[in-house]
Amino acid sequence: MDFTLSEEQQLFRDALAKFVQNEYAFEARRKIVASAQGWSGEVWARLAAMGALAVPFAEADGGLGGSGVDLMVVMQELGRGIAVEPYLATVVLGGGAVAAAGSPAQRQALLPGLIAGERQLALAYAEPGARHDLHDVQASARREGAGYVLSGRKATVLNGATADTLVVSARTAGARRDAQGVTLFLVARGAQGVSLSDYRTIDGLRAADLVLDGVRLGADAVLGPVDGGLAPLERAVDLGAAALCAEAVGVIEQLNALTLDYLRTRRQFGQPIGRFQALQHRAVDMLVHAEQVKSIVCLAASAAQSADERERRRAVSAAKSLVGRSGRAVAKEATQLHGGMGVTLELPAAHYAKRLTMIDFWLGDSDWHTERFAAASA
Amino acid sequence: MDLHYTPEEQAFRAEVREFVRARLPRDISAKVLGHRRLAKDDYVRWQKILHERGWIAAGWPVEHGGTGWSAVQQHIFDEECAAAGAPRLIPFGLNMVAPVIMQFGSEQQKRRYLPRILSSEDWWCQGYSEPGSGSDLASLKTRAVRQGDHYVVNGQKTWTTLAQYADMIFCLVRTDSSVKPQEGISFLLIDMHAPGVTVRPLYLYDEEHEVNEVFFDDVKVPLENLVGSEGKGWTYAKYLLGHERTGITGVGASKRELALLKEIAAQQAKDGRPLAADPVFRQRLAQVEIDLLALEMTLLRVLSSRTKPGPEASILKIKGTEVQQALTELMMDALGPLALPFSRTAIEEGGSAAPLAPDYAAPLAARYFNWRKTSIYGGSNEIQRNIIAQQVLGL
Repeated sequence: MDFTLSEEQQLFRDALAKFVQNEYAFEARRKIVASAQGWSGEVWARLAAMGALAVPFAEADGGLGGSGVDLMVVMQELGRGIAVEPYLATVVLGGGAVAAAGSPAQRQALLPGLIAGERQLALAYAEPGARHDLHDVQASARREGAGYVLSGRKATVLNGATADTLVVSARTAGARRDAQGVTLFLVARGAQGVSLSDYRTIDGLRAADLVLDGVRLGADAVLGPVDGGLAPLERAVDLGAAALCAEAVGVIEQLNALTLDYLRTRRQFGQPIGRFQALQHRAVDMLVHAEQVKSIVCLAASAAQSADERERRRAVSAAKSLVGRSGRAVAKEATQLHGGMGVTLELPAAHYAKRLTMIDFWLGDSDWHTERFAAASA
Repeated sequence: MDLHYTPEEQAFRAEVREFVRARLPRDISAKVLGHRRLAKDDYVRWQKILHERGWIAAGWPVEHGGTGWSAVQQHIFDEECAAAGAPRLIPFGLNMVAPVIMQFGSEQQKRRYLPRILSSEDWWCQGYSEPGSGSDLASLKTRAVRQGDHYVVNGQKTWTTLAQYADMIFCLVRTDSSVKPQEGISFLLIDMHAPGVTVRPLYLYDEEHEVNEVFFDDVKVPLENLVGSEGKGWTYAKYLLGHERTGITGVGASKRELALLKEIAAQQAKDGRPLAADPVFRQRLAQVEIDLLALEMTLLRVLSSRTKPGPEASILKIKGTEVQQALTELMMDALGPLALPFSRTAIEEGGSAAPLAPDYAAPLAARYFNWRKTSIYGGSNEIQRNIIAQQVLGL
């Protein structure tokens, strides 16, 4: 039983932490978020140069062969700066799906460019009305000759508009909610029949709604087994959920630090407000949330790539469920303890609180993961 | 990071499991798993079995008769004992006064008391709280006045757990009223059979005789029963409380209770299906299970770090007792109206509390009420928050 990071992981963490602290200050981030693209190509190039984009990929694909724990280290530090760069979308979700299901030719075509920072991916699985269910797929892929014709809609595709290649789930067989009959496809952003509408999300990110209208694809666009795409999709989304939980740890720790700082410096009734017991106890509860979340995230990171499906589902869903509940609780407390300033855009705390709250809405919310945990624990 | 138990730890778990399976008396485990009240003899019998094996003092150093186990091994031992339905080890001697005697006691005290704690020959109880001194412990008033070769003790202690069985009590007493409250306190070992000691039961609201008031009326205590120096009792008391908070987490017992809760939820019905399949109940149960899983990881994170837990242990006390209480609440809720029938006889001797109720239902509402004590004792959870706010957060 060992919860410590290796020396290598500590060095990597420290380098990333320094980068985020120095180059991702509040003002810098504000400008990046307000830019047309919504994230910084310069920051992305630096992350590529540091090797961060290579972390989860196999050495054969040009990656570092990192574990779930290595990924956790990266995401925690990105969370500390509430970085908006498409690490989750490109590296973990899109890249994860390609790594989980891709043929050697597909991996070779996509991953080295991704690792070099030159290619963006996105994972388009969510549909209107499907909430968080991966198997609830209405988008259809009809066979035509050697290839397929795709039609349907995908909602809230994280960083969809800046992705060069989209990984899209579509139904090749069965009824709307069948587990069998889902297939993954690689779709170029510029392909005929693809339309993307880009928008801001309330937590500072970018997402897009995707409409596929008779998009013609060759047989080489099929990613993984025909009709058997749900398993690799679930693997990629689970890795994404574990990574998102690790990001939440960084967000929570930074938000707690900001709040403590405020409690120590803000004075009312002639003393720092942190002297009042009513506020002290709330600050302690924020710490208890942080420690519990850190613990469960270690478990999720360790099990995120487990071959044992049940163990993986149980650990990832436990973490995402707790992050949803505890993250919201911490965000609410931080806002309340900052008083009126907590509900303005002036202080960083508000931006952290928004991101932390909305993490619950990506990749399965607390209720959804609690139910999935119960099913895996029965 | 590697969250698996090592092969050595797994082998250790198997060894403990086999021993407990072979030696834990069935009548005792049936009581624990059925939430029945235990008698003195149930505790002592199991403690003597562990003593015979050399496993009674998991946390003690080897030179005093302890096991020398690592913190993780101690946790494994605790989990296996709890899972099998072993009674908890009464902590007042083993985990509370013993570490204080080892650290601050005289050679004579070590030689006299430690072996008798190991063998369960002495049953100890704790004399800290007083009617006017709960969370504000330093305001305590029980006085010890030196007279020749002994102290004369007068005053009253309260919340004294299982004092009705006790041979010895460790007490915080005031030996000097002229200094700051914390500086006038001493740590005294008192014979419960001495003339002038009276025990009066205080029934908890589940009608259990678990705690008592203890009165001292001109009780003579030999000077040699003072631990360490006069006036240093507060320091020793704080040392002891640090030991108490990690033990109070109760992860092993909570895992057992979760398993029992799932059995009950499978047997009870709602809307013509098992309660375990009811979406609302399922969510509530899963949330507690997730909290417990996170707590287990937090505990292991603390235990495996090899540094002695400091004020962070208060986090374990807060969260541990919250989980314990949530489990007792869900168990009571799982019964629906079957939680209502009450029978002391059923809780103490077995059977059901009403003709149409199952046996397992009888103790569960009482247990819910009894367990409210956990966020109050051992330093209330509000006191724990004060400790964290001051010592961890620096507020």
